[in-house]
Amino acid sequence: MHPAPSVILFSVLSGLGFGMLAWLGIGKPPMTGLFAFVFFFVAYALAVGGLLSATFHLGNPKNSLKAFSQWRTSWLSREGCCAIAALMIMGLYAIGAIFFETHWVAIGIIGAILSIVTVFTTSMIYAQLKTVPRWNHWSTPILFVSLSISGGALMTGQVTVAMYGFVVVGLIQIFAWFSSDGRFARSGSTIETATGLGNIGKVRMFEPPHTGTNYLLKEMVYVIGRKHATKLRLLAIVLMVVIPVAMIGMGAQHGIKAIIAVLSHVIGVFASRWLFFAEAEHVVGLYYGKRG
Amino acid sequence: MTALPPKSDVKLGLVIDLDTCVGCHACVVSCKGWNTENYGAPLSDQDAYGENPSGTFLNRVHSYEVQPEQGSAQTIHFPKSCLHCEDAPCVTVCPTGASYKRAEDGIVLVNEDACIGCGLCAWACPYGARELDQAAGVMKKCTLCVDRIYNENLPEEDREPACVRTCPAGARHFGDLGDADSDVSKLVEERGGMDLMPELGTKPVNKYLPPRPKDQGNEIDILAPLLAPVATETSGFLGWLDRTLEKI
Repeated sequence: MHPAPSVILFSVLSGLGFGMLAWLGIGKPPMTGLFAFVFFFVAYALAVGGLLSATFHLGNPKNSLKAFSQWRTSWLSREGCCAIAALMIMGLYAIGAIFFETHWVAIGIIGAILSIVTVFTTSMIYAQLKTVPRWNHWSTPILFVSLSISGGALMTGQVTVAMYGFVVVGLIQIFAWFSSDGRFARSGSTIETATGLGNIGKVRMFEPPHTGTNYLLKEMVYVIGRKHATKLRLLAIVLMVVIPVAMIGMGAQHGIKAIIAVLSHVIGVFASRWLFFAEAEHVVGLYYGKRG
Repeated sequence: MTALPPKSDVKLGLVIDLDTCVGCHACVVSCKGWNTENYGAPLSDQDAYGENPSGTFLNRVHSYEVQPEQGSAQTIHFPKSCLHCEDAPCVTVCPTGASYKRAEDGIVLVNEDACIGCGLCAWACPYGARELDQAAGVMKKCTLCVDRIYNENLPEEDREPACVRTCPAGARHFGDLGDADSDVSKLVEERGGMDLMPELGTKPVNKYLPPRPKDQGNEIDILAPLLAPVATETSGFLGWLDRTLEKI
């Protein structure tokens, strides 16, 4: 799948932003006034910034408001609804914390749950697709949600939780990578099932429909950079998990170590998310002789 | 609403005969022509006369080589467009309700006035039947020529999809696959019409007729022994020619 920068930016930043909001919603850290404002500002900048960048991915954004209407069937619509609900409820909670020096606990808990559910709905947009076997697995939502929770923990200064969270994230990430290798082959879709010609013999593409490229090939048969996948996986896990855990282990409560931990983690998540798209194979590639 | 409608009795669709398709791409051209001039945004091209031309097509013809275990390989031309699936995954993923399946005849359509061009429906489709038009930014797909098949301003013989109307080989058939007595249903029954990627559970309405078995070319007729050469020694003019040429 084409790793569109706007979608990678969106899912990484909003994942982190909603993770922060979830921690802030359960009162961690329990701060009020100006300090609370700073934390909420960062969380909102990430979550809203991510959502805005996602709209750059749209071909026709003027109809965006209609995207809140189909929550009964569409994970993308559910994501939109949950995101707006989470941002509004947490906005209310933030007003209490910043201006009235109070924590409205019930509102905060509802906002925290909605924030995590938003990240879950994001992950389900990908996990629901039977056409992309690499994504079509329960490890996809677990990876997205655990990344969001532990990244949010780091950003809100819950360093111990973040450290253990990152270890868990690392294990889930490694499992997700290795279990998804070969899932396309195991899914049973081949050029023979795609064309229905398997009972005659072995099928091979003889001629593509057009000499040039097309939307389908650009969007869903992306193959650039796969050869560096192993190196990028290693790089991603080191940046996303190993360095932040090491920094926290050396006492990254504040200062330069904390900054390194955050930057390293975020860059690592970007690498992981880039791979998430670039490595994913869509079954339509079978029609173009581009799979296996 | 992007929920799928209750199962309709009428299931309009295409039956494509892989035995007769000659791969001329006439259906591709007529589809592009009709759908550029009619329903919704035109099907745009990018860099059409330049170095890297590309464009939006609702129907594309692939060609495959199939190698049986024994005998020679065969070429099969393979037109592919929207299969108007009964369990269309492209419909339920749509966040705006732009993508929908008609209750009355099962045609899957895009309401371009509601489409945000997110492309998720194209991701959900296993068949590559949906393309985001790069000029209009909205999703384009086969409409089964909904603006022809019910169009009383057209002569009756033209009230079928442009691709079917134009096919010079008669490889494309249009009809109601929900009616067991329709011509297309009988054709599917007779020729063992099949689904593409049935393992994905999309239940396509369009069916493909597999190529008929080919003559292998090495089959020996039961009368062959009677046709064995009778003359073991050459004689006459040919015999003389044979002997003379041997000597040279």
